[in-house]
Amino acid sequence: MAKTLERTFDGRELFASTLVWSAAVLVTGTFCWLLGDILWHGLNQISWTFLTTPPRNAGREGGIGPIIVSTALILSVCLGVSLPIGVGTAVLLAEFTTDESLFGRLTRRSLDVLSGVPSIVFGLFGNAFFCKTLGLGFSILSGGLTLACMVLPILIRSTEEGFRSVPTGYRLSAAALGLSRTTTLVHLLLPAAVPGLLVGLVLGVGRAIAETAALIFTSGYVDRMPGSLLDSGRALSIHIFDLSMNVSGGDAHAYASALVLVVLLLAINGTASWLAEHWLHRRIVTV
Amino acid sequence: MRPPTPTPGTQPWVPLEERPACYAPNPFIEVEQLSLHYGQKPAFHNVTLSINKGYITALVGPSGCGKTSFLTSLNRLTDIIPGCRVAGRIRLDGLDVLAPHTDVIRLRRRVGMIFQKPNPFPLSILKNLEFPLREHGLKDREQIAASIETVLHDVGLWDEVKDRLHSPALALSGGQQQRLCMARALVLSPEVLLMDEPCSALDPLSSGVVEDLIVGLRGRYTVLIVTHNLAQARRIADYAALFWVQNGAGQLIESGTAKQIFEEPRDPLTAAYVSGMRG
Repeated sequence: MAKTLERTFDGRELFASTLVWSAAVLVTGTFCWLLGDILWHGLNQISWTFLTTPPRNAGREGGIGPIIVSTALILSVCLGVSLPIGVGTAVLLAEFTTDESLFGRLTRRSLDVLSGVPSIVFGLFGNAFFCKTLGLGFSILSGGLTLACMVLPILIRSTEEGFRSVPTGYRLSAAALGLSRTTTLVHLLLPAAVPGLLVGLVLGVGRAIAETAALIFTSGYVDRMPGSLLDSGRALSIHIFDLSMNVSGGDAHAYASALVLVVLLLAINGTASWLAEHWLHRRIVTV
Repeated sequence: MRPPTPTPGTQPWVPLEERPACYAPNPFIEVEQLSLHYGQKPAFHNVTLSINKGYITALVGPSGCGKTSFLTSLNRLTDIIPGCRVAGRIRLDGLDVLAPHTDVIRLRRRVGMIFQKPNPFPLSILKNLEFPLREHGLKDREQIAASIETVLHDVGLWDEVKDRLHSPALALSGGQQQRLCMARALVLSPEVLLMDEPCSALDPLSSGVVEDLIVGLRGRYTVLIVTHNLAQARRIADYAALFWVQNGAGQLIESGTAKQIFEEPRDPLTAAYVSGMRG
């Protein structure tokens, strides 16, 4: 073989890099196209009046004020319920059960099955349990609780991963210093597990805010400004669905609502990252 | 004023046999018939050993013969290892370590531990030392600051970190991190220090610094050190114990003064190990 340092043509190398690059371009391209389309059709509709006034003429005119409020309330109920339960369960699974224990195995398996259940099933369950059995009716509370059930599996599993990714060395050295389990948990493990929690939160919120099927059966259709958590309220996703499917001439406002939904989602994710980052940096100093 | 501490590495090492009578050995930890299993797998079996107060005892032997497991049973760190069972008796200063009513938090305050890999918490240098102190009930700010300064002097870290106490502990070098971990253990004023190969993850220079520190602990603390470095054991230990795997489980082969183990071993296995023929 000739002793040369010149590059030679390698067909397989070229093929592989073409494949990888086209996949990346395809994914990014689809996202940009989608976002561009929504922006193109929706941006000219957005105004302060649109964001604050109630819809008129089945949503063809007016705005989405009450719908944003309902969405925010549903999401608050969902997170208010799922965050404490989620973190608690994750702590139990990661710190107090072993991989082999029956309880841990059963819980983990159930969560994995639950996270794959179609949202319409959650919707029917929510309707049967929260609306009828508990008598909450079609309400923001029913909708938020149903979404909480849906988000919990994702939240628990990724928070658990967060706890498991904390090096065992911290637990051992904390125990060797005579620190109690609670102290270790609150001051060392919880701050270190925040990135995992954040991933779960972002995925969960993403799933919840985009949910339509589960909410049709639980929080309902009513597009008035909700007076309390027991009022029915229309979420943004349902509004978009309704405008584009049931209302002729509703496309323009459907686009505008979709734009609001996307911006809202990005804003929530951004805020969550920012908060976690700051909280983390106050509690824990990594290099 | 902080109490005068012997500068590490300046005292000439004198073999036990040639020291004055006031150094008379006084067993502080007495281990009887101790066995440890991980699930069905035995780690070590029937170990009986006395550890004398204020001396450095080295545990030597090949990997996997239960030395580290032996250390962790002394501060009951074995409690948090799933599937770990300990049988036998450990008395520390007359107290029954393995008894169910023993408060492990108090026990671990008296028995500090240094691990092989330096593992400071992902907090600032100051918080690493302040956090355990506060947890053990010290609230007075001045007292906390004084204790921290004293231990940082003790481990020779004060001049290196005094201007950056609020910077992350993980930004320190490996050797500095290990000395910080020693300071973190010492700040709680333990009586016993368990050290699991404290120098093996460090470069030779840092290793030397840490070794000198350990020598400086003699007399003030009862030190148990696991080491694979026979030369190190020879340099620093007053007593030594050899562990070896026999019949699938770690066994204590021979224990005695370091001089006796290294120069006049009774067991042929010890003789082969210390002369470098085996292990």
